[in-house]
Amino acid sequence: MNSNGEEGKVESQMTAKKKSTEKALSRKIEVAERRLPSASEAVGEPVFGLEGVGVSYGGKVAVRDVSMTIGAKEITALIGPSGCGKSTLLRCLNRMNDLVPSAEVFGKCLYHGTDLYGPEVDPVEVRKLIGMVFQKPNPFPKSIYDNIAFGPKVLGLPDVEERVERALRSAALWDEVKDRLDDNAYGMSGGQQQRLCIARCIAVDPDVILMDEPCSALDPISSGKIEDLMLELKEDFSIVIVTHNMQQAARVSDKTAFLIVELDSTEENRWGQLVEYDETEKIFTNPADSRTEDYVTGKVG
Amino acid sequence: MEARDALEMARGIGADKPPRSLRSSSPRYGEKVIKYVLVACAVLSVLTTTAIVVSLLVPTIGFFEQVSFGDFFSTESWAPNLEPPSFGVFNIIVGTLSTTLWGLLVAIPVGFLSAIYLSEYASKRVRKVVKPILEVLAGIPTVAFGVFAVTFLSPLVGDAVPGFIKTPPFAAGIAGLAIGLMIVPIISSISDDAMRAVPGGLREGAYALGAGKFTVSTRVVVPAAISGIVASIVLATSRALGETMIVLLAAGKSPNLTLDPGASVQTMTAFIGTTATGDIATGTISYDTIFAVGVVLFVMTLVMNMISIRLVRKFREVYE
Repeated sequence: MNSNGEEGKVESQMTAKKKSTEKALSRKIEVAERRLPSASEAVGEPVFGLEGVGVSYGGKVAVRDVSMTIGAKEITALIGPSGCGKSTLLRCLNRMNDLVPSAEVFGKCLYHGTDLYGPEVDPVEVRKLIGMVFQKPNPFPKSIYDNIAFGPKVLGLPDVEERVERALRSAALWDEVKDRLDDNAYGMSGGQQQRLCIARCIAVDPDVILMDEPCSALDPISSGKIEDLMLELKEDFSIVIVTHNMQQAARVSDKTAFLIVELDSTEENRWGQLVEYDETEKIFTNPADSRTEDYVTGKVG
Repeated sequence: MEARDALEMARGIGADKPPRSLRSSSPRYGEKVIKYVLVACAVLSVLTTTAIVVSLLVPTIGFFEQVSFGDFFSTESWAPNLEPPSFGVFNIIVGTLSTTLWGLLVAIPVGFLSAIYLSEYASKRVRKVVKPILEVLAGIPTVAFGVFAVTFLSPLVGDAVPGFIKTPPFAAGIAGLAIGLMIVPIISSISDDAMRAVPGGLREGAYALGAGKFTVSTRVVVPAAISGIVASIVLATSRALGETMIVLLAAGKSPNLTLDPGASVQTMTAFIGTTATGDIATGTISYDTIFAVGVVLFVMTLVMNMISIRLVRKFREVYE
């Protein structure tokens, strides 16, 4: 977007974008029409706006009252101890929680101004725009090529072959696998498999990539490669990452949210809650909340 | 405590006790007995199979000493008990193929789709109710299916499509329909198990790309579970090929060389069933015919199993 653009122009672009997002999320979307909302997006412009978001599984609250704004083309890290609901929160952002029958989401989860849980919104369309990479690499038991081509084929996107190559190049995997595209993906190393999953995700041109502890099953060298990759990908995508590894959050993210496990007075119910959300540097050097400080300096957790 | 002290202490542990013996305290006869019992059980089933094959082969050799291969594998009429006898076995091979084909035509789509429903669509509660009900179907005696076919299915179809059944109430298609209903649970239950064994991570990966439920089911889960699905179909086909009671009751006993579902046919199993329960003397040609037909049936099932194992090896997608 034009940095010296007039106010009015920016505003009209904003409403135009909101409209296009609404359209993209509604059921009757034409695949060919689908364009990336991120293509013209400025860094830090809000992608997600969470207002009092909470999730419960079978009536038990897992995370409660999270309000935060997630910016475009930035890496936003969610950190916190086990059970603080950071993965649960992440799964709200592309409606993966819908796959758990007992899950319920409260509050407002705005994506470019549209409530992701609005009545008109189709979760399948949401996931086309907001991709996800999981904790354990989960390539399909198919060839490397078919893994990447799966998304474009299913969504009916054009130029599948070209997309596969582009996605593999973007995931820094092309040179390693270009001679064995027909080999089964399970023959790759764990780190390669995870990069394959990232490539599979970007092959369908998402707007946002959610990563749920993408390096927790990988050795440090493979993790480093994924981190480098994330820094490259944030040029084109907005990334939200859940990580156990505080150094990783400090290294790659622009903003960091710290969540904590809260207990009620009976100590029977526990849920996750957002403590602090700020620039990563501030969270790690000069946090406002003492609980954040204790956690990032290693005093607890 | 000083590290050195700890080390000293660790060295001292057990120093004043005699060393423990590493020899076994008893000869462990139990282990040996268990091993022999297990071997005996495994050998028993191998022996049974061998015995069946031998007992089939000996009379079959006797049969082919009297009837030439050419006369047996021919499309002449099938009338081994008439005078003069005629041994065109293709009549009853086609009879078997016909009832099996119509059965599979019913059972594969119904069984496969209900497996997809049970594994991917049904809620836990629905599956808990529906699956046992389906499996009860598999436990119904086949004679009940046969009676059901003759007294219920046949009049029903006959009323719906007048003239379809050439010699009411017997028809290959009616027997096939009943066979199909009988083997649906084999396909649905085993396929459902195979599909539910596919790791949830694969489904999530596909959902996260914006795939719909049906796409995830058919393009991720089914390919990953294909070996189990094919196995269920093979098992069901074996049951259909070997099914005797239903065809005996519902397919009629005229050995017609036709795939017409409305025609009455005789299957290999029905022939064996009727002839073996009739009054025949050992060593006669009628007696040997039973075994020759049995061998054909045996070889057919064997070849089918071999082909399907090949197919599974070729197409399966191995997850981990």
